[in-house]
Amino acid sequence: MIWVSVVIQGVLLGAVYALFACGLSLMFGVMRIINLAHGDIAVVGAYLVWVVATRAGVSPFVAMVAVVPVMLVAGYGLHLALLRRSLAGGPLVPLLTTFGLAIVIQNVLQQVFSPDVRSLGAAAGRVTTASWRLTGELAISWFGIATLAMAVLLLGGLALFLRHTGLGREMRATAQDPDAAQLVGIDARAVYARATAVAVATAALAGAFLAIRSTFEPTSGPTQLIFAFEAVVIGGTGSLWGTLVGGIILGIAQTVGGHIDPQYSLLGGHLVFLAVLASPRSKTLAARTSRP
Amino acid sequence: MTDAGTGAATLLAVEGLEARHGLLPAVRGVSLAVAEGERLALVGANGAGKTTLLRAIAGAHPVTAGAIRFAGADVTRLPAHRRVGLGIALVPEGRRLFPDMTVVENLLVAGRHGRPGPWTVDAVLDAFPLLRPLRHRRAAALSGGEQQATAIGRALMTNPRLLLLDEVSLGLAPRAVDAVYESLAHLAGATVILVEQDLGRGLAIADRVVCLLEGRIVLEGAAAALSREQVTEAYFGLVPRAP
Repeated sequence: MIWVSVVIQGVLLGAVYALFACGLSLMFGVMRIINLAHGDIAVVGAYLVWVVATRAGVSPFVAMVAVVPVMLVAGYGLHLALLRRSLAGGPLVPLLTTFGLAIVIQNVLQQVFSPDVRSLGAAAGRVTTASWRLTGELAISWFGIATLAMAVLLLGGLALFLRHTGLGREMRATAQDPDAAQLVGIDARAVYARATAVAVATAALAGAFLAIRSTFEPTSGPTQLIFAFEAVVIGGTGSLWGTLVGGIILGIAQTVGGHIDPQYSLLGGHLVFLAVLASPRSKTLAARTSRP
Repeated sequence: MTDAGTGAATLLAVEGLEARHGLLPAVRGVSLAVAEGERLALVGANGAGKTTLLRAIAGAHPVTAGAIRFAGADVTRLPAHRRVGLGIALVPEGRRLFPDMTVVENLLVAGRHGRPGPWTVDAVLDAFPLLRPLRHRRAAALSGGEQQATAIGRALMTNPRLLLLDEVSLGLAPRAVDAVYESLAHLAGATVILVEQDLGRGLAIADRVVCLLEGRIVLEGAAAALSREQVTEAYFGLVPRAP
């Protein structure tokens, strides 16, 4: 029974990773950009939610509703101001740009908010501590279920959006062949900016969920980026459903590893990631398919 | 504006157009006019600049000098996606379908930014009946001829006033080429510029022929008035160049 509990906790942990990985997966799928600032953008989202929640005295969940539109606009602007020009410089320039952006964000956050460790857990109220106790050893936290539901809604919703809407088809067409896309009237730059906007907004949500679940500080981003990246690769690049599954597999690997020995928690995740990379059937970064 | 030869209104006017690949000039001072409803065949050897000229007209290749006027408006600096809205559609060389999207999705995605008009998914499937049973198949899983039909249908979905066809028969089985050309015959009244390696096909379908050699026009005339030999000589640069 203890292993059932370990796996369930892994699924719930994996939902957080899937949330983080969502935007990373979308940006890579549509633009072939690996956004190295993705984790830091998520932390910015966490701070924004923290600011709104403390200043306005509202629940972090209410604050998220206010922060998401702001981050959508910020993402659109980020693309027009930085990424668009970087993309014109070839595939390596966006890596450098987002790497630089990550450093800038971390330092600005340290300057503005100090390096103190914070959490939104207390502000979120009972939802973070309450759980369903199914048996003596098995308990499922409300917030874990909320995170999982959010991850399924977000990744599943985006996957359905890409498959069944006109805007989504435009995104897929641009991802597959930007040159041919402009020949059927698609403004590839606008599509890219929209994809970045969505990715940045989902990163902010992920950051807020992390902040409620545990703690955050200005330098929390890179660790989350690594987990998100692993989730994307495990799930197969370019597939949002895959990313959801990838995040959950990573979460389970970490809790199973951690149950064997607390030191093995991260190791378990990294080993699964390496195993997927090394397996001949893996759709690694070289694979140019993007089937959402 | 009227075209002296036919009396029909000029739809496309290209003046002194220059385009390069890096430092290499691919199109050197090309001027041509296409009247509404006219079918123009661009012929010429590999590297003569046919594809570059078509892509420049569609806005997919940067122009270094000259002007492109479409329906009276200067579109020289307009990006490709805006030209689609005005009614210019290019069927690119190599078809360039969205490989992981189905036939219907390839058509739908093109229908969003074109002009309003008669072409819908159903109209395209009627014009290319071979696509109807395949409409939910991924484009990458189609044969070359089926892909070419989809690519032409995709361009038609934007309801173009000017259809640019680049090497529609390249890499297709002869029977598939026949099918593609048969379906083109349905597009009566459409203004078409087509690039074709196969001289016979080009001459048969076109009203007028323009022969390019090393980026310049070396021969131009009504398809009916030109003999195969004349075109062949111009094609290989065997005649003294026109001024």
